[in-house]
Amino acid sequence: MPSYQSWGRLPKATSSAIHSPYWRSDLAELDLGPSPALPYGLGRSYGDSCLNDGGALIDTSNLSRLIHFDSERGILRAEAGLSFEQLLAVIVPRGWFLPVSPGTQFVTLGGAVANDIHGKNHHRAGTFGCHVRRFELWRSDGSRRECSPDENAELFRATIGGMGLTGLITWVEIQLASIASPSLQMERIRFRSFDEYLALENESSADYEYTVSWVDCMRRGPMRGLFQRANFKNDGTAPSLRDTISSKRGSAGKIRRWLRVPFDMPSFALNSGAVKLFNQSIFQLQRRDRISRSTDYVPFFYPLDGVRDWNRIYGKRGFYQYQFVVPSEAEDGFREILDRISSSRQGSFLVILKKFGKIPSPGLMSFPREGLTLALDFPNRGQTTLDLLDELDRLVGRAGGSVYPAKDARMSAASFQLYYPQWKEFARTIDPRFSSSFWRRVTAGGGQ
Amino acid sequence: MRRILITGATSAIAQEAAKHFAADGDAFFLVGRDPDKLAAVADDLRARGANEVASAVVDLLDLPRCSQLIDDAVEQLGGLDTLLVAQGTLPDQAECEVDPALSLREFSLNAMGPIALLIRAAAHFETQGSGCLAVITSMAGVRGRRSNYVYGAAKAAVSTFLEGLRSRMGDAGVSVVDIRPGFVDTPMTAHLPKKTLFATAALVGERVYQAMVAGDAVVYTPWFWRWIALVIQLIPRSIFAKLSI
Repeated sequence: MPSYQSWGRLPKATSSAIHSPYWRSDLAELDLGPSPALPYGLGRSYGDSCLNDGGALIDTSNLSRLIHFDSERGILRAEAGLSFEQLLAVIVPRGWFLPVSPGTQFVTLGGAVANDIHGKNHHRAGTFGCHVRRFELWRSDGSRRECSPDENAELFRATIGGMGLTGLITWVEIQLASIASPSLQMERIRFRSFDEYLALENESSADYEYTVSWVDCMRRGPMRGLFQRANFKNDGTAPSLRDTISSKRGSAGKIRRWLRVPFDMPSFALNSGAVKLFNQSIFQLQRRDRISRSTDYVPFFYPLDGVRDWNRIYGKRGFYQYQFVVPSEAEDGFREILDRISSSRQGSFLVILKKFGKIPSPGLMSFPREGLTLALDFPNRGQTTLDLLDELDRLVGRAGGSVYPAKDARMSAASFQLYYPQWKEFARTIDPRFSSSFWRRVTAGGGQ
Repeated sequence: MRRILITGATSAIAQEAAKHFAADGDAFFLVGRDPDKLAAVADDLRARGANEVASAVVDLLDLPRCSQLIDDAVEQLGGLDTLLVAQGTLPDQAECEVDPALSLREFSLNAMGPIALLIRAAAHFETQGSGCLAVITSMAGVRGRRSNYVYGAAKAAVSTFLEGLRSRMGDAGVSVVDIRPGFVDTPMTAHLPKKTLFATAALVGERVYQAMVAGDAVVYTPWFWRWIALVIQLIPRSIFAKLSI
C-alpha cells in the first residue's frame, strides 16, 4: 500500500478514503462520499498542506497522460498527475524545458500550480503560474470549468497557489522554455559576507537565467556561502539534443537510482557538531573562490533526487522545513532572522538563499514576492524547535514578510492570517467539499 | 518507423510499452472497448512523438472481428510489422466455478481472441518475412493454481500456442515474444491486496518494449519471476495440489 504522508513526515495523518481516478472520464462517476477531500500528487509538500487528516485524498498519480504537445511553439497540455520527471523525458529531447523548475523532479503539474512553485530563475521568469495558459478544474458538484486569465478568471487566480482547495485540477496547459542543449554552463563563487552575496545577485540577475546560493547557517559572524549562477548552453558547440539523449532514450529524466536512504537514521546523525562539520566541508571542498564548469541539467536542478528518500536522514521524528521571504528593503530584518537561526544551533545543512525578482505572482495566495527568501530544514526536536519557529514567524511578520504554506506544518492561524490577509477572499472560492489539514489549522476560528 | 497494432491498448502495461514506441516515432493502430479511454491514449502517444495514431472501438469477444483486425491495421497504417496483444481480464475464480458461461467468456477473451488474432497475423507476417508478434501472457500460466486456474489455463493456452508458432515463424525471420509478468499494480489488480512483489506498470511496460525490440522468446518480468517460475515448476504435483496459492 502506498503511504500518504508529506515530505517532512509530520504531522502524521490518516485518510478516511483514497480515491484513485485512472482516467479523466472516471471523474464523471467520482463520488467523494461524506468526508472532505483533497487532491494528492507526489507528497512533496513538506508539512500538512497535502494532508487531510480524517478526510479523503484524491490520488492523482494515475492521471499522467499528455494531451497535446505543440513542439513548434512549446505549448504542452497534460493531465495534472504527470510528474516533472515524466514530462522532462518527453520535452528535453525536443528542445524544451520547464519554464520554472523546483529542486526536485518528483512533483506533479497539478501540485506545481496548486503551490505556484518557484525556482532558480524567479528573477527572470517569475513563478510557475506565470507560464500556465489554462487548466481545467473539476468541482465536487460534477462541473468542469476551463480556467484562464480570460475565462473563469477568478478561479484561475485562486487556483494558482490555491493549495488544491478550489477543486481538482484535471489538466494543465503551459508554455515551455526553449533550450538549445541539455547542458548548462555553471559558475560557483564563494562569498564571505552578506554584502558580497548581494553584489553577486545584483551583477548576475541580468545575464544569468539561474541563480541560487547555499549558506552556512551554523556559523556566527559574517555570512559565508556559495553563490551559483548558470545558463543553458547556447554556443552551438553542444551536441544536438536528439543525439545526446537518444543514446539513453527513454531515460532522459532519469537519475541514478542506486543511492537510497534505506532506513530511518538515528538522531545523533544530525547533531549540531555533525552539521557544522558538514557545512565546513562543503564550503572548503571548493578550494578556489570561483569555479566554472559544464553540467547536465539533472544534477544541476535536482541534486537531491539522486538520493531517494533523503528525508529519512532526519529519522522517525521527521523534520520541519521553513521557508520565508522578506522584502528587499527589510535587509536588517533578514539579517536578524539569520542571526537568530545561527545562534539557535538547530539549523541543518540544507540552507538555500535566493533573491526573488519583481515579476508578480498570478495567484491570489502565491507565496513568492520580491525580496530575499531562505529555506532550511530543522530536525524535529519537539517543543524547542516549535518555539524557535514561532519566534522566527514573529520576526518574519515584523519584517513584512511571509512563510511558505507548502513547507509548513505548524504556523499559527494568527501568523498565517497576518501573512495572507487575502485569505478570506480566497476562502469564498474554495470547493465546499474540499479541505486540508493545513487549511483547518490556519483558519481555526473563522475559516471553513 | 514500425507499424504497430495493439489490442487492449488502454491496459496499463500496453500504455507504458506504447510510450516507448511513440518516442521512436512509430505508427499505431489501437484497439480497445472504451472510446474515451482510447482517445486519451491516442492523444498521449501523439504528444510523445508517434508518427500516426489510428484507433478502433472493438468488442474483442467477437472472434471473427479479432481476425479481421490484422487486415484493418494493414489498411490503416499501410502495412503492419508489429503486433502487441495486451487484451485480458482477471476473472473472479470463485464466480467462474459456479458460472460456466462466465468461465468460457473469460477463456474466450484471454485465449481465443489472442489466438484468432495470431492465426491471421501469422499468415501476414510469414508472407512478409519479418516483424514481431508479442503477447502479454502471465506467470499464472506456468501452473494451474487453485486461486485462478481459469485465467491461468487461458494464459497457458496462449503460451503453448506461441511456443509452436515461434518454431514455425523462426524460419520466416519473425520474432514471437511471450511476456509473462508477475503481479503488476494496474486497474486490473486494483482490488487485490498489494504485497511486496507487485511491480509498477511502467517498469513492466519498459521491459515489454525492450523484449519486443530485441525479439526475445520468453520474458518473465520483473526478472525474479523467472526463478520463481522455475521453483514452481519443480514442485511435485502431490505437494502443489496441497498449496492454497
